[in-house]
Amino acid sequence: MSIDKDAVKRLANLSRLRIPEENLDEMVGEITKIIGWVEQLQDVNTDGVAPMNSVVEDMKLPEREDVITDGNIRDQVLANAPEQMDGYFLVPKVVE
Amino acid sequence: MTDLVELTVAEALDGLAKKEFSAVELTEAHIKEMDRARELNAYVTETPELALERAKASDERRAKGTAGKMDGIPVGMKDLYCTKGVRTTACSHILDNFVPPYESTVSQKLEDAGTVMLGKTNMDEFAMGTANLTSYFGPVRNPYKRKGDDSFLVPGGSSGGSAAAVASGLCMAATGSDTGGSIRTPASFCGIVGCKPTYGRCSRWGMIAFASSLDQAGTMTRTVRDTAIMLEAMAGFDPKDSTCANVPVPCYEKALTGDVKGLRIGIPREYNPDKGLHSDVRHVWEATAEKLKAAGAEIVEISLPSTMYALPTYYLIAPAEASSNLARYDGVRFGLRVDGNSLDEMYVNTRTEGFGKEVKRRIMIGTCILLEGYYETCYLKAQKVRRLLCREFEEAYKKVDVILAPAAPETAFGKDDDSTKDPLVMQLYDVFTVPSSLAGLPAVSVPAGTSDENGLPIGLQVIGRPFDEETILRTAGVIESMSGMSVRPLRVGGK
Amino acid sequence: MSYIIKGETGDWEIVVGLEVHCEVISKAKLFSGAATAFGAEANTQVSFIDAGFPGMLPVINHECVRQAIRTGFGLNATINKKSIFARKNYYYADLPNGYQISQSDMPIISDGYIDVDLEDGSTRRIGIERLHLEQDAGKLMHDQHPTKSFVDLNRAGVALMEIVSRPDIRSPEEAGAYLRKLRSIVRYIGSCDGNMDEGSMRCDANVSVRRPGEPFGTRAEIKNVNSIRFVMQAIEYEAMRQVELLESGGRVVQETRKFDSVKGETKSMRSKETAMDYRYFYDPDLIPLVLDDEEVERLKREMPELPDAKKKRFMEDFGLPAYDAGQLVAEKETAAYFEKAAAGHDAKKVANWIMGDLFATLNRLGKKITESPVSPENLGKMVDLINDGTISSRIAKDVFQFMVEEGKSPDLIIEEKGLKQVTDTSAIEKIIDEVMAANPDKVAEYRAGKDKLIGWFVGQTMRASQGKANPGMLNELLKKKLAG
Repeated sequence: MSIDKDAVKRLANLSRLRIPEENLDEMVGEITKIIGWVEQLQDVNTDGVAPMNSVVEDMKLPEREDVITDGNIRDQVLANAPEQMDGYFLVPKVVE
Repeated sequence: MTDLVELTVAEALDGLAKKEFSAVELTEAHIKEMDRARELNAYVTETPELALERAKASDERRAKGTAGKMDGIPVGMKDLYCTKGVRTTACSHILDNFVPPYESTVSQKLEDAGTVMLGKTNMDEFAMGTANLTSYFGPVRNPYKRKGDDSFLVPGGSSGGSAAAVASGLCMAATGSDTGGSIRTPASFCGIVGCKPTYGRCSRWGMIAFASSLDQAGTMTRTVRDTAIMLEAMAGFDPKDSTCANVPVPCYEKALTGDVKGLRIGIPREYNPDKGLHSDVRHVWEATAEKLKAAGAEIVEISLPSTMYALPTYYLIAPAEASSNLARYDGVRFGLRVDGNSLDEMYVNTRTEGFGKEVKRRIMIGTCILLEGYYETCYLKAQKVRRLLCREFEEAYKKVDVILAPAAPETAFGKDDDSTKDPLVMQLYDVFTVPSSLAGLPAVSVPAGTSDENGLPIGLQVIGRPFDEETILRTAGVIESMSGMSVRPLRVGGK
Repeated sequence: MSYIIKGETGDWEIVVGLEVHCEVISKAKLFSGAATAFGAEANTQVSFIDAGFPGMLPVINHECVRQAIRTGFGLNATINKKSIFARKNYYYADLPNGYQISQSDMPIISDGYIDVDLEDGSTRRIGIERLHLEQDAGKLMHDQHPTKSFVDLNRAGVALMEIVSRPDIRSPEEAGAYLRKLRSIVRYIGSCDGNMDEGSMRCDANVSVRRPGEPFGTRAEIKNVNSIRFVMQAIEYEAMRQVELLESGGRVVQETRKFDSVKGETKSMRSKETAMDYRYFYDPDLIPLVLDDEEVERLKREMPELPDAKKKRFMEDFGLPAYDAGQLVAEKETAAYFEKAAAGHDAKKVANWIMGDLFATLNRLGKKITESPVSPENLGKMVDLINDGTISSRIAKDVFQFMVEEGKSPDLIIEEKGLKQVTDTSAIEKIIDEVMAANPDKVAEYRAGKDKLIGWFVGQTMRASQGKANPGMLNELLKKKLAG
């Protein structure tokens, strides 16, 4: 499991982050270091152990009834928008 | 009345009840103290007008006899809790000027109890840090200093602003949040009581997420009794959070019996490594165990063999969840936007500029861990180890009622110490707090002594069974009374 | 019925799997209390949860779970006691959280099938791999502004059932039949309204080709096709494209393609090389969904009769041929209409009237069967009136048209318009006498042996009776009188 510059670029792209060319090496190093560090987990015998996603996994998932209790708050939903018009959020034009 | 800021919550409630002073006076005293302690950088948003308004309303409630359980108590609110109409940023540039149109459940419960919010406290950006050095608003200074040394010490993180504010009398209590130690480490560094209750005890609704399966709201106060009062006000079932437990909240104050007779206290041998534990911390730990034994508790040596795997487990799970939780900061609906010629360019520009270095680092790592090829070996593996850790705690709690451990391996360190430059070294500060976070267990850090070497406070951690906050608080109360530590704030501007 | 593409170099078989997104019928969204209704003003049906605001958390809508379970029963599938929600991570402006809450390896429903009827009368069983619940995305609009796209999150967070078939489909016809059957099932259950043109049911098709008997070829995914006809066209085009590509020495790349319904072509959207890694992981804001056995049992008991069972019953109880029964059960409303109309009446005849005159009329009027101007009760009554001889089948056509226009009961119309069949011997004899008297030459011809003239006499007398004469009686009396 090795991380190279291309892998870092791919991660950055998936994360929608830009890692400047001059910082790529540093990031390769950091991620390599952490991946290497966590390698030690491979020493733990986890045969037959199910992954634990949440410590409250045995609780009953709460459910809501099918009732309209929310919405109709457009002004509040849009209040923090960097750009909005006519009740819509605006983003740079997407070419489909 | 200048010493109102020195009162504990319990004392203040008493004084308010006896009409010795008003909530407005109490609030004014704290606002003045906040002015005098600007150098700490404990608050990132101060809300004095709102506070005075609420204090006035509190006095009116008290006059009418409808005062709540914490009515009139000035509190600090970690900037992680969304507060309606009050800027909330998680101390990140990416949430620039975000004013939530809603109130988090925890802050709402505190408001319902009558507390008076003084402002939003500084923190590590998105709660990612152990020293409060990653905040967009700059570092927080620990009110404590080393003996004969004036250097800037960190308050611990991520709830560093809350810890510094409570420790220095800039509020009587504050909220914190704890993902891997973010309440307990700063509590230890700043000589206060910090309690991370059981995962599911407090609602996460309206609390800005770092790692959802670990994040838990908690309290930061100067005494264990204050913690009991505040936790009761904050905790409880919330149908808006699917991971919040429907478990009744007891009266925690009643649990503070001051008695540990017959209590079985576990000392995990894995928490006592040859390297990586300051001898003064070890000394306070051992001395406290002795005193508890003398008070009638049974000290039991236990083993939690997978402890050494907790840190790597945590540093896989937390960034993985964070990488997804932080995807919503995209410049479309709130917060910072840095424009671009295309949607993707706007995303990249916004996120690159909006997130700080440590946050970006963790997003990258988290993204990596969830990728095909790493997911099984890293993420799923970590979740399996997490279960093993939980099982070990379960086994241990067959033999003991609580576990006593250090909260942090060291006392507060300097802002410019070499250790702060290396994220991997910084991560080691979480070594004692992370296992109980992974297991979702309640844990409270309580000041237990000071370092002979530098005079700084040292906190110990009492870890309990799920939803048994009562026993850890009872134990912490006894430790507090045996420690001889002052419960008065360290006022940076003098008295 | 095998569908084979005859290529230059030999035969090719097509392999299709369909992923159908069905918008769940529920008042509120999958994880929030905002409304789901169509047609609201932009961003008015949006909660802070739907808009991915900081600190917002999902809580599942129980009705959406019930709808998935019901649909699972409709697909003859396994209802999984435990299922888990996962995040599918990707960035797009219609996806506020940067992830979609979906289900990955633990869906709520798995391993089912549906049987589809083909035109040649045969039946094919198409396997269903899974059904899972997930969130719909918002909507982007690109035409309002020269440099901006507009984002409306009203649909964001609405519950979808994604129903994934196994790659069992072997022809465009089977794909069409599968979609029609699936639509019929979800409509019967009431879990989705199945309107592809409104987007409440959307289809992605995975298409590949292979030599008969060979392993599966590389597939292309055609995204978001919005009518059954287009799905069939897209599959046909895409299969042909792949055959031509392969036969000219090329290779099929795994990619996402888009169907252009105007040109009738598919074209590449993005290839697998730039494909995303969705980084699925279980959503830590939710815990496993564990179904309550009692509720699952209750939902099973409460399941409505579905098309297959209904068809069987129509065939057995009403003696309908398979084809007719199939036609009548395709839409729940049609079946309901039929049952009402047929109750206590001649079911076969009722079925014929529905599939003939009624369908034609509704088609002409552009109305649904639930809006039929002729009530099922009146149609049943009319059939009775035919059978008891009150009106003839021919007159019935007129009566039916009057019923369409006036909405009245058939007996009232017959009464008002005087359309009652004449069965009075003397009245019919009188008409015959008049016709014979007016045409002595024809009578003579007939009597001289030109038997075929009987038809002419029937026509004349029937017309003279304005069609009301009972045809049987008329025939009999006419023959007797003509014979002298």
